[in-house]
Amino acid sequence: MNDTLAAGLAAVLSGDGPAVQVGAVKRLSGGASQETWAFEARAADGAARPLILRRAPPGAEHRGSGNVGLDGEAAILRLAGAAGVPVPEVVAGLRPEHGLGQGFVMNRLAGETLGRRVAAAHRPQLAYQCGQALARIHALPLDRLPPLRRTQPRAEVEHLRAQHAGMGAARPVFQLALRWLADHAPADTAPALVHGDFRNGNLMCDLDAAGGALIGVLDWELAHVGDPMADLGWLCCNSWRFGQSQRPVGGFGFDTELFAGYRDAGGTPDPARVRWWQVLGTLRWGVICESMGHAWLSGAEPVMEKAAIGRRASENEIDLLDLLLPRAAAAQPAGGPR
Amino acid sequence: MQDAPHPHQLLEAVVRYLRDDALPALTRHGEGALAYQARVAANMLDIARRELLAAPVDEPAERARLQALVGTADDPPGGADLAALNRRLAEAIAAGRVGTDTPGLAEHLWATTLAKLAVDQPGYETYRRLTGA
Repeated sequence: MNDTLAAGLAAVLSGDGPAVQVGAVKRLSGGASQETWAFEARAADGAARPLILRRAPPGAEHRGSGNVGLDGEAAILRLAGAAGVPVPEVVAGLRPEHGLGQGFVMNRLAGETLGRRVAAAHRPQLAYQCGQALARIHALPLDRLPPLRRTQPRAEVEHLRAQHAGMGAARPVFQLALRWLADHAPADTAPALVHGDFRNGNLMCDLDAAGGALIGVLDWELAHVGDPMADLGWLCCNSWRFGQSQRPVGGFGFDTELFAGYRDAGGTPDPARVRWWQVLGTLRWGVICESMGHAWLSGAEPVMEKAAIGRRASENEIDLLDLLLPRAAAAQPAGGPR
Repeated sequence: MQDAPHPHQLLEAVVRYLRDDALPALTRHGEGALAYQARVAANMLDIARRELLAAPVDEPAERARLQALVGTADDPPGGADLAALNRRLAEAIAAGRVGTDTPGLAEHLWATTLAKLAVDQPGYETYRRLTGA
């Protein structure tokens, strides 16, 4: 398997030029329809270059509809990179004649992505640079983007409502959040490219730089066109603060730092909208946890960890209450001995 | 009646085996993925263990609060069942008949959610911050 892949990748990278050697092929992650591989390419001059392959293997090219698709992801990465967003450089695209499926090869960046480590300290420069990167993403010209899902605040609420209803579990706290979101939904806005999963965990960071530095924005498969404040709200969800709730921006920064970077790169932050999207994002992660538990219950994905994640939906219930019905000091919970 | 060790104690014994024996052994043998699964398995059994202990106290209390919020004269003498009451409250909130200004709602949702976290995820930061746990 790895040998076939290495030979195919060597053909992709060599093209009509001098032969490139491919080695150290290692699967990083992925399900049945999408894979991520790390490997090294050695040029004729002997220099090794660490690279990443993102691909849907042959036969799985068109699964996971609704997402951007790997060709779309590559196109967005190129546009974002040209606009000054730190992203991995796209090195080559797979073509049908390569027989490797659909996807692309990109530069492998070196840095930290583990949320807990990134959130372990206050990193003002990282938060500022996240603001800059987001403003640049949101300013990309829509007419040059690949075809993308389009949405607006109210449509997202109805989408979540339907998704939650499909799971069949009664959750009063989720209904309270849905009601609040519907009652406070901001008006439709001038659409922009939204990354869709811009959060601590999807950011390649340099933790040695003073104040941290953003090296690469990863995982673009949920990119869509909608309200740009959605990205800022998602980044501030408590789920991505990794226990450092005192620092709202990914556990590593503060709104003021994020907004300053956003403003300095030409964007206009709207704190009320950001907060609305933070509530929606908290509910969204809750519904995703719930759907993983449901995937186990229904037998669709008989994977032990899915059942465990189902019992994490309550984390989002407490975060939603903390946002919508905050209480300064809580009494001890009801219940017997633990 | 069954004899001791009781269900929560049997679970406790398995949790200890997974954490103290299986997990380190798997790690020593370079089975990182299996070690991770063992950790997840131990956490899941711990949820079940805590639920076994807490449910006899939590569930009647939750049911009494729900009955006060959304109970009707047609309910059986002991009150409707917990799942039905939760469905009723969810529907009432969705329809706007019950909201944040309804007396008792905030207290009920907080008590219920804190009781859930105490079983599901007692290590979650928001829970620890709000309860001083």
